[in-house]
Amino acid sequence: MTRTDDDTRADTVDTAPAAQAGESGESGKPGESGASGKPGASGKPGGSGGGPAAVRLGAIGWARWFWRTLTSMRTALILLFLFALAAVPGSLLPQRGVEPADVAQYFRDNPTYAEWLDRLWLFDVFRAPWFAAIYLLLFVSLIGCIVPRTGVYLRELRRRPPAAPRNLGRLPQHASYDSEAGPEQALARSAEWLRARRFRVATGDGWVSAEKGYLRETGNLLFHVALVGLLVAVGVGSLYGYRGNVLLIEGTGFANTVAAYDRYIPGSQVSAESLEPFSFQLDDFQASYIAAGERRGQVLDYSAKLRVSDSPGAPERDYELKVNEPLDVNGTMTYLIGHGYAPTFKVVDGKGNVAYDGPVACLAENIQTYASECTIKVSNAQPEQLGLSIRFLPSTVPLQDGSYVSVFPGALNPTAQIRAFAGDLGLADGIPQSVYLFDQERLKKMKPLVMKAAPLEVGQSMELPGGHGTVTFTGVKEWASLQIAYDPGRLAALVAAVGAVLGIVLSLTLRRRRIWVRAEQGEGGGSVVQVGGLTRTEGGAGGFAEEFADIVKALSGATASGVKDAR
Amino acid sequence: MPVEVDTGLATLSDQLILVTVLLYVIAMIGYALQLGFGRAAARASAAPVRELATVGGRSAAADAPETPDAQDTHRDGQEDAQDGAEAAAKAGNAAPRPGFAERAGTIAVVLTWLGWATNLGSIMTRGLAVDRWPWGNMYEFVVAIAFAAVTVFLLMQLRYPVRFLGAFVALAATLSLGFAVRYLHVQAGPVVPALNSYWVAIHVSAAIAASGLFIVGGVSGILYLVRGEKPSRLPSRAELEAIAHRVVVLAFPIWTFAVIAGALWADKAWGRYWGWDPKEVWAFITWIAYAAYLHARATAGWRGRAAVIVQLIAFGCLLFNLIGVNMFLGGLHSYADVPN
Repeated sequence: MTRTDDDTRADTVDTAPAAQAGESGESGKPGESGASGKPGASGKPGGSGGGPAAVRLGAIGWARWFWRTLTSMRTALILLFLFALAAVPGSLLPQRGVEPADVAQYFRDNPTYAEWLDRLWLFDVFRAPWFAAIYLLLFVSLIGCIVPRTGVYLRELRRRPPAAPRNLGRLPQHASYDSEAGPEQALARSAEWLRARRFRVATGDGWVSAEKGYLRETGNLLFHVALVGLLVAVGVGSLYGYRGNVLLIEGTGFANTVAAYDRYIPGSQVSAESLEPFSFQLDDFQASYIAAGERRGQVLDYSAKLRVSDSPGAPERDYELKVNEPLDVNGTMTYLIGHGYAPTFKVVDGKGNVAYDGPVACLAENIQTYASECTIKVSNAQPEQLGLSIRFLPSTVPLQDGSYVSVFPGALNPTAQIRAFAGDLGLADGIPQSVYLFDQERLKKMKPLVMKAAPLEVGQSMELPGGHGTVTFTGVKEWASLQIAYDPGRLAALVAAVGAVLGIVLSLTLRRRRIWVRAEQGEGGGSVVQVGGLTRTEGGAGGFAEEFADIVKALSGATASGVKDAR
Repeated sequence: MPVEVDTGLATLSDQLILVTVLLYVIAMIGYALQLGFGRAAARASAAPVRELATVGGRSAAADAPETPDAQDTHRDGQEDAQDGAEAAAKAGNAAPRPGFAERAGTIAVVLTWLGWATNLGSIMTRGLAVDRWPWGNMYEFVVAIAFAAVTVFLLMQLRYPVRFLGAFVALAATLSLGFAVRYLHVQAGPVVPALNSYWVAIHVSAAIAASGLFIVGGVSGILYLVRGEKPSRLPSRAELEAIAHRVVVLAFPIWTFAVIAGALWADKAWGRYWGWDPKEVWAFITWIAYAAYLHARATAGWRGRAAVIVQLIAFGCLLFNLIGVNMFLGGLHSYADVPN
């Protein structure tokens, strides 16, 4: 982790005791140099040659070797690469958590291949054990670096800046000038000036030592701690959070209980009782579209009008749910994620009873035109059960060949084309069926009543042959699909993310640098002042030359008289 | 949500982009002329400049115009010695010299500024035409990234002697603008509701700024590999690496911010802050790869060539994320409108 500011400059300067003093802290992970070497002396673990003592030593040696290898920079780099590489299949193959329907399709298209991919968790990459292994190892490696690094840093914070090297002229940045002030005075003024610039200053016999830029390491540690925090927040969210989907037709309501969800995915630590007890009613859903031009039919806005009750018995409030404006009830968020049409039908069966009266949600088969499909399974129709397969067209236009299409997603001229079947719907078989679509095998067993009919407009009815009754297209409603999510790690993740950005900005923009000043007795009561500078940040040397020049200029101004070059 | 599109402004925007491409192409030729013919005179003056350049603090303090050169030549201590001669030659090159090649370079910079202005004009007229932030689809996004890359180069050459990059940045900008005009262009119009949020100004802008910087870093990295160790008209490898590192150091926090802003927006729009959508996956891969570069650069055995290769892999991930994900993978970001 924190080896980005590995101090290459310091080890080229042999003069500075300071550089050596700091070296142990800055050169990276402890034991890095030995990371690639195996623990030579101790031999293999459990090796037959040694006595019990040697075996024990060996085990410890191996543990040490393992820990050093794991926390070495090289391993961290390889783990980073593996982490990135492991994420790639997650973007190339459909993922169960994101697109379950596409995964099912993949299984239908390539059953053998899909089975093998599934054994390797390639449809659940981000929940795969091997993926977890990579990031857990990476984070262990990270922690194994943060902890000792923090200790070193804390010790360094308490330490005075190191004494000045004897020969400042050997530092990468150096200058000297004559001062009219005596050595003591020149040094005192330099120390004062450096302190005013928020340098940490130490003084000694004939020298001043100053250091600045500790926040760089603070930022570095903050960034890496924040990454660990982010992982913890994500973990908390997936353990204690839940999410679910529900489809609501205009005029219906939802209460936040497990049973009310169409699809409910709880974290392993979530109990059904802990769900926030709010409820709402969908009064109206509206979608607006561009009516003309090249982008005709593109959606402009969605809006769902809700009446929300924050807890049972609480007064209702209105809320307009939009795509980028979720409903927040004490941290449980409700999002608008989809919509569709729900035409309403009334079915009167052969015996004159109303067997069905209400809306049915249709799935769009084309999102440009919202031509949609839905089914009604009229299980209590007499004398036989009825199956209606409906094609809903929001803006119907007839074609030359006698078929019909929709030309616009808005409901300008809604029609319903009905195919009707009679016979056993198979609902008693106990095999789960899609609510939206018929199983084609099942339809083959049923008796077709109407296979091709003119589309019904709102208010029109169709007689089913053979005394099976009538179907009336009574109106058009819309449905909205909502996602409800509770993630207790959300805020912590945000805090960690902000910390990470703050940390990385500090650690990449600041540089740690040291300034030393030495003054010796010059001619006529004045002094010769030497200034040396060292930045401990790789890549920061360029800007430091400028800063050093400014510092020298200011110091010589503060201690008077002109600059003289000293190489 | 505005519906009306000012077609006059939209057309003006399309025309300005063509002007921009033309200006960048001519500028590219100018840079190439300077790079190709503006070299011979520099050799003679190399030796004295080297003296000056390595003085460090003193030269920076005493000799203001030489400051950037002086810094650049010893920016990278350990490689300074071996690359000294070339570095000095580079420093000498920045000193004013007569000749048509230098004039071509200067004209190229002027033309780049002009192209920058028309590029900006094109982005602004497009935004005004539809009354929203003008990065709602792939075309607008790529145009903005080209603009960002050129901006980064122009600002850098104000402070550092990096004019040699001009030819390559102009080439990258020309190629991406040409690609955008030819393959990605869609008529100006309103965006889908999910994109209609103030987050577009934050998340997408950050992604554009970071991408612009990464492009300059990528160009420097490619030059590093192409250049080799032999004497060349290009600056030393150490300098190329230093330039690349500098822009990546700047871009990495911005990219981090862009990813996090994206997560915040996703939390508002899609009901989760992270869902492994293909774009998210590749933004993450890109982030990891650049993090690996920053770490590799500070690790023994990875410095230099290996680190540059890591940087270019990261750059490849970035490009795939910007273009490839939308064209090949789809996902939730796919409504960023690619014409078929």
